[in-house]
Amino acid sequence: MGDQSICDGSLSADDFYVAAKSLCELWQTANTTLPNWTWIPFKRIPTGISCNEGYLSLENVYHIKSSKELVSSQDPFQEEQPVDSATVVQVPSSVIHAYDFHIIYSFSYRNPVLYFHGHKYDGQPLDLDDIQKDLPEYSLKLIRESKWTFITFEEHPYLHQPWYMLHPCGTSDWMKLLQGNPSAANYLVSWLSVVGQAVGLRVPSSLTSSCFNDGSSSSIGQCVEIDPSL
Amino acid sequence: MELCSEEAVRLVWEGAIPLQIHLHESEVTTLPPPPPVLILGPRIGYLPLLVTVIKPHFNDTLPPGVDSVWFDYKGLPLKWYIPTGVLFDLLCAEPERPWNLTVHFRGHPGEILTPCGGEDPVKWSFINSLKEAAYIINGNCKNVMNMSQTDQSVLWQSLAKGNMESYTHVSSRLKLGPYGEDAVMRMNTGRIPIRLYLRILGEDVDDLEDVTTVDSWDSISYINRPVEIHNEEDHHITFRSAMRSLLPEFFDDEASAFDHVLVPRGDYEIDDGIENTEATGTDFVSTKSQSPKKVNEIKLIRVQGIEVDLDIPFFWVVNNLKNPEHFLHICVFMVPALNPA
Repeated sequence: MGDQSICDGSLSADDFYVAAKSLCELWQTANTTLPNWTWIPFKRIPTGISCNEGYLSLENVYHIKSSKELVSSQDPFQEEQPVDSATVVQVPSSVIHAYDFHIIYSFSYRNPVLYFHGHKYDGQPLDLDDIQKDLPEYSLKLIRESKWTFITFEEHPYLHQPWYMLHPCGTSDWMKLLQGNPSAANYLVSWLSVVGQAVGLRVPSSLTSSCFNDGSSSSIGQCVEIDPSL
Repeated sequence: MELCSEEAVRLVWEGAIPLQIHLHESEVTTLPPPPPVLILGPRIGYLPLLVTVIKPHFNDTLPPGVDSVWFDYKGLPLKWYIPTGVLFDLLCAEPERPWNLTVHFRGHPGEILTPCGGEDPVKWSFINSLKEAAYIINGNCKNVMNMSQTDQSVLWQSLAKGNMESYTHVSSRLKLGPYGEDAVMRMNTGRIPIRLYLRILGEDVDDLEDVTTVDSWDSISYINRPVEIHNEEDHHITFRSAMRSLLPEFFDDEASAFDHVLVPRGDYEIDDGIENTEATGTDFVSTKSQSPKKVNEIKLIRVQGIEVDLDIPFFWVVNNLKNPEHFLHICVFMVPALNPA
């Protein structure tokens, strides 16, 4: 049943949990400066049958102006960070933006959905203009063409706060193209290698190569032709 | 029972909440303060669409600044993308008429609410919901995406103006229903778009009159999950069965064994919550002291202001009580089970 749904590019809620656990484990083994993904369990009702409901969270990813992507997990606001902090700390704090990313399962689209929000050094939330300046050119093009139906400002399904969301309408279509090796365990790595690009979040290459049959990362780029109208 | 009732749909479209809208005192700069505005808010409409009518009443008293309009009910900021009728059903356990809301033109609470700078964000939120519904029903959004600009505009304008005929005319081309017609069931995914709002009441609430106001959205769970119907027999499921599939937590372990029955009959805990609310109201205190409740108890299920009979066909409820973006919005009031400890 699970494999069936992966073949059409979608993912069941149970498989999402499997995929999420797998992403957490794989991510930990990868050599990345980004923080780890963690599974946040969520219970809607104080008592009752608990299923594996929850979401994935990657918080405090720092974006430094003039860099093209999110590079560092080292907290540039803290002095005692080792290694990288020496170079990072020289950047004026006013241009450092911190982003949080959540991957939430959509029962409507039967796909993961990426939610994100960001804040400045002083805790002020980033507005649309700030975020646009941080986004890679690729996303800006999509946004211009889709008039913000590609990235929308929506209520976070669990936190009840406004977060940005990458619209999942076309996910199944390109996941179908992407899944050379259909398994729930690899699903989120493949998915994130595409979706992450839209927000400058790069999946460590050691992870993606194991998830694609041909091991070529250039093919990922070609699959990114998401219909902007979706 | 006919699964489609034009009369029922018309009643939904004509449904409105009498609103009494006050300007927040911090934004009153003149004496005497402006009187509240009385206005009918269509159930299927959205609060920001009322702003063009409300604004002239308060324009002269507003402090200088740029408008960023939002509403609150007893201090709770209202989510503008939830239809007005749903907000009313969810937040007023006992219907309050007129419904007293407060409007703010300044000081938008950005941490809680997405900003709404006029009609456009409401329209896009609506179109996105429509796309989501189409995806659930057909497995893709093509019909909505391929809509002409003119159709899209007509669709939105007829919703905003409450013109059911012109809405239905355009909407029927999207092939998103009604359910129960063979042609539709064959081509779609067997999934039905639902937005369910679960309001968790305090453990000591027996009567809806005792329900306190919602002071935070944290006490409301928002469950955005389709009902799935995969075989022919399921086409005749009752509203009860659909609710059971959405909220299996409302049954303890013994009762949940019944969930395997395709079309469950008989009365379980869910009935006690719904139909015997009044009967249990008075003697509840004594029973509670004897044995703590083991089961989450539903106090009320409300759709379009109606306490829906759980035994009527689910397709009737969806076809006739859904909102124009093809989602059925269901408000559920529940009392959680007491912990055995």
